[in-house]
Amino acid sequence: MANNETFRTCPRTGLQFHDSAEMLMKANAVVGVVFLLLGGVLALLIGLTKWPDVHLLPADSFYLVLTAHGLDMLVFWIIFFEIAVLYFCSSTLLRCRLATPRMAWLAFALMLIGAVTTNVAIFQGNSSVMMTSYVPMQAHPSFYLGLILFAVGALIGCFVFFGTLVIAKAEKTYQGSVPLVTFGAVTAAIIAVFTIASGAIILIPTFLWSVGYIKTIDPLMYRVIWWAFGHSSQQINVAAHIAVWYAIAAIVFGAKPMSERVSRTAFLLYIFFLQLASAHHILADPGISSEWKVFNTSYAMYLAVLASMIHGLTIPGAIEVAQREKGFTKGLFEWLRKAPWGNPVFSGMFISLIGFGFLGGISGVMMGTEQLNLIIHNTIYVPGHFHATVVIGTTLAFMALTYFLIPVLFRREIMFPGLAKWQPYLFGFGMYVFALVMMGAGTLGVPRRHWDMSFLGAAMPYEFPGSAYLLMSLVGISAVVAVIGGGAYILVTVSSIFLGKKLDAGVISNKPTPVVTPVSAAISGHGSLGIAGFAAPGTFVLAMVFLVAFVLYYFINWKYLSQVWGLS
Amino acid sequence: MVEDTNSVPNDSEERVPIMQQILDNPFLLLFIGVAMPTVFYIVWGVMEIVTIPIAK
Amino acid sequence: MSSIHPPTARLWWKQPIDRVEGTWIAIAFLWCLIMFFMMPYWHITGKQNLSNEAYRTTPEAFSKKAQDMVDKHTVRTETDQNIPVVHPPAGSDVYLIARLWAWWPVLELEQGKSYRLHLSAMDYMHGFSLQPANINLQVIPGYEMVVTVTPNQSGKFSIICNEYCGIGHHKMVSNLYVVNK
Repeated sequence: MANNETFRTCPRTGLQFHDSAEMLMKANAVVGVVFLLLGGVLALLIGLTKWPDVHLLPADSFYLVLTAHGLDMLVFWIIFFEIAVLYFCSSTLLRCRLATPRMAWLAFALMLIGAVTTNVAIFQGNSSVMMTSYVPMQAHPSFYLGLILFAVGALIGCFVFFGTLVIAKAEKTYQGSVPLVTFGAVTAAIIAVFTIASGAIILIPTFLWSVGYIKTIDPLMYRVIWWAFGHSSQQINVAAHIAVWYAIAAIVFGAKPMSERVSRTAFLLYIFFLQLASAHHILADPGISSEWKVFNTSYAMYLAVLASMIHGLTIPGAIEVAQREKGFTKGLFEWLRKAPWGNPVFSGMFISLIGFGFLGGISGVMMGTEQLNLIIHNTIYVPGHFHATVVIGTTLAFMALTYFLIPVLFRREIMFPGLAKWQPYLFGFGMYVFALVMMGAGTLGVPRRHWDMSFLGAAMPYEFPGSAYLLMSLVGISAVVAVIGGGAYILVTVSSIFLGKKLDAGVISNKPTPVVTPVSAAISGHGSLGIAGFAAPGTFVLAMVFLVAFVLYYFINWKYLSQVWGLS
Repeated sequence: MVEDTNSVPNDSEERVPIMQQILDNPFLLLFIGVAMPTVFYIVWGVMEIVTIPIAK
Repeated sequence: MSSIHPPTARLWWKQPIDRVEGTWIAIAFLWCLIMFFMMPYWHITGKQNLSNEAYRTTPEAFSKKAQDMVDKHTVRTETDQNIPVVHPPAGSDVYLIARLWAWWPVLELEQGKSYRLHLSAMDYMHGFSLQPANINLQVIPGYEMVVTVTPNQSGKFSIICNEYCGIGHHKMVSNLYVVNK
């Protein structure tokens, strides 16, 4: 089978691409970007409807568009791109052939057919059930069928990834352990297997119910199991985009992990505990005990939060160490000031990291606290939080990675480099404001998934304070800014891929060349670097700033909770 | 084979620590990563739901 | 060699941890423990906790109990739809129905008194969201949630629906009065 396979060595990076894997990565990434484009157009429509003075769409189209936006962004865009990342982290980084390319194409076909089927169901107008599709509200059977097909395809993709790890080990294309970035991808793939299996467990009966073979689906059971799919799929993103951050730190700075042991243990904590956080959605539900809620919502004593806080230190820390080794040693922050802020690969990654930590991380822990959840459950605070994690965290990290992949994988020169330079700032800061004002409106009680905050036509309408209207106007304005930033990304990537100047493909051979591991370096710390024995003092200061913000915000919300009605 | 008993066991001979072996085994990790949430989140959660009493 | 290459040291597990990492892990772990123990602590000392009391029910059984309460304790009606306003005795069981697209009936409670509030949905999922107090609970068909509420302010409140329940979702708003006696 290896006869007609070729391996290309990229002349710019030395990375090696197996031709089948390369085609699959391109196909998955391109389809992902198409769904990002669709989701982005829908995002604009939602933003303009949420903006009270514009209030663009009528109620029925608004709910239709919101359902499509959720699935196209959170599921289709991100998972297509993640499959490309998995193939990259296995076949390319381990310099081996991809396992069973035919199965990988089958996975791609199933995912594509599934995604299109679900979109058609939604746009026909009889499946406006939101992404969560809570029973007993019923969508058209093809809505569930499409999701099931997509999930099966994605699951096959994950096993192609695992198979590739086996091949690399068997064919000895590397020695010792897989790279840290690949280990992050392993974490993402493991979480994906649980996620997709949970999705199948609940969506298959729901599909059978929608065609009439099953009489009822228990609504509470649906919620608990659906969230094992719905929330865990966002945990795949966390593991994947953290792997991407590590990769970008390595690509741009040549940064190596401060400690393999610490970073890999942090990923191990994700494997153990991250998925328990599906309980965040069940905290205000009846009949589930506080013991279950406290244990699961806290990832068993916040051990996955600990892992995120570790990555949050070790990634910029690794960059700081690499920069200090290059001589940027003045004061605490010369390494950061002299970083390549004009390179969208770096700026996108760094804006993603800071936004994910400060906005997404802190708010997520706050609202995932059993009692604090009472004051934000189902308000627009929730989408405020997950736009900070999934859009600023995952989407922006993937955008940053794209700027690296265009010359390396697609072999094209980036068009509009000036625009590309500004794109992460426009998109990132647009989303920062968007997430913040949404959270602000949520603390004032503005509901999520709600067409009209003025309650037009209600017998006893409630009047939100003027500040809530102001914040929702800002939601609309920042949504427009972020959509322009997203549009810039689409413009740059699509025109580069199709019209950009072709770059040299590099040497092509019919055999993979293994990873060359240099002579084992002595085991040591980063001894002489840094200040007062701290190898990355600037990063430590940033981490302490983060911690102070975290502690203050956490206790402010307890104070706020203590003032509401007594509940017991 | 005669080994030089005076030398400290060097890097290439020493046993790989058990934690490193675990971290290098993706299928063991896959099992753990699926079993943990299945037991603590799904099984425990479903048990909670099925034991909810019927209203009087 | 970097994060995208295999570790150079064969026994990378043995590399000593940098001081910056060790210090941060210790601080972060401490903070995680504090956050974890805040939840049980609040169960013991805090006044805002959800009870674990809930039952399996049916729309018929639940609406009958609500109707009984309405028959006994209605004090007036509101709006041109004559929605009953119920003033139940302090400490009693109070029933609130969520359905497309209304909360029924309107409740009138007394400040500082406790009530056993029962919540259930007749059709789809709904979201109980008390404004401007901003207390939010999930209301699920087939399940009856019981929460003891103690209003600490008087005045006119609104209950809005914050779980998507169809095209009339935004019209699902009701009043709730807290009076000072």
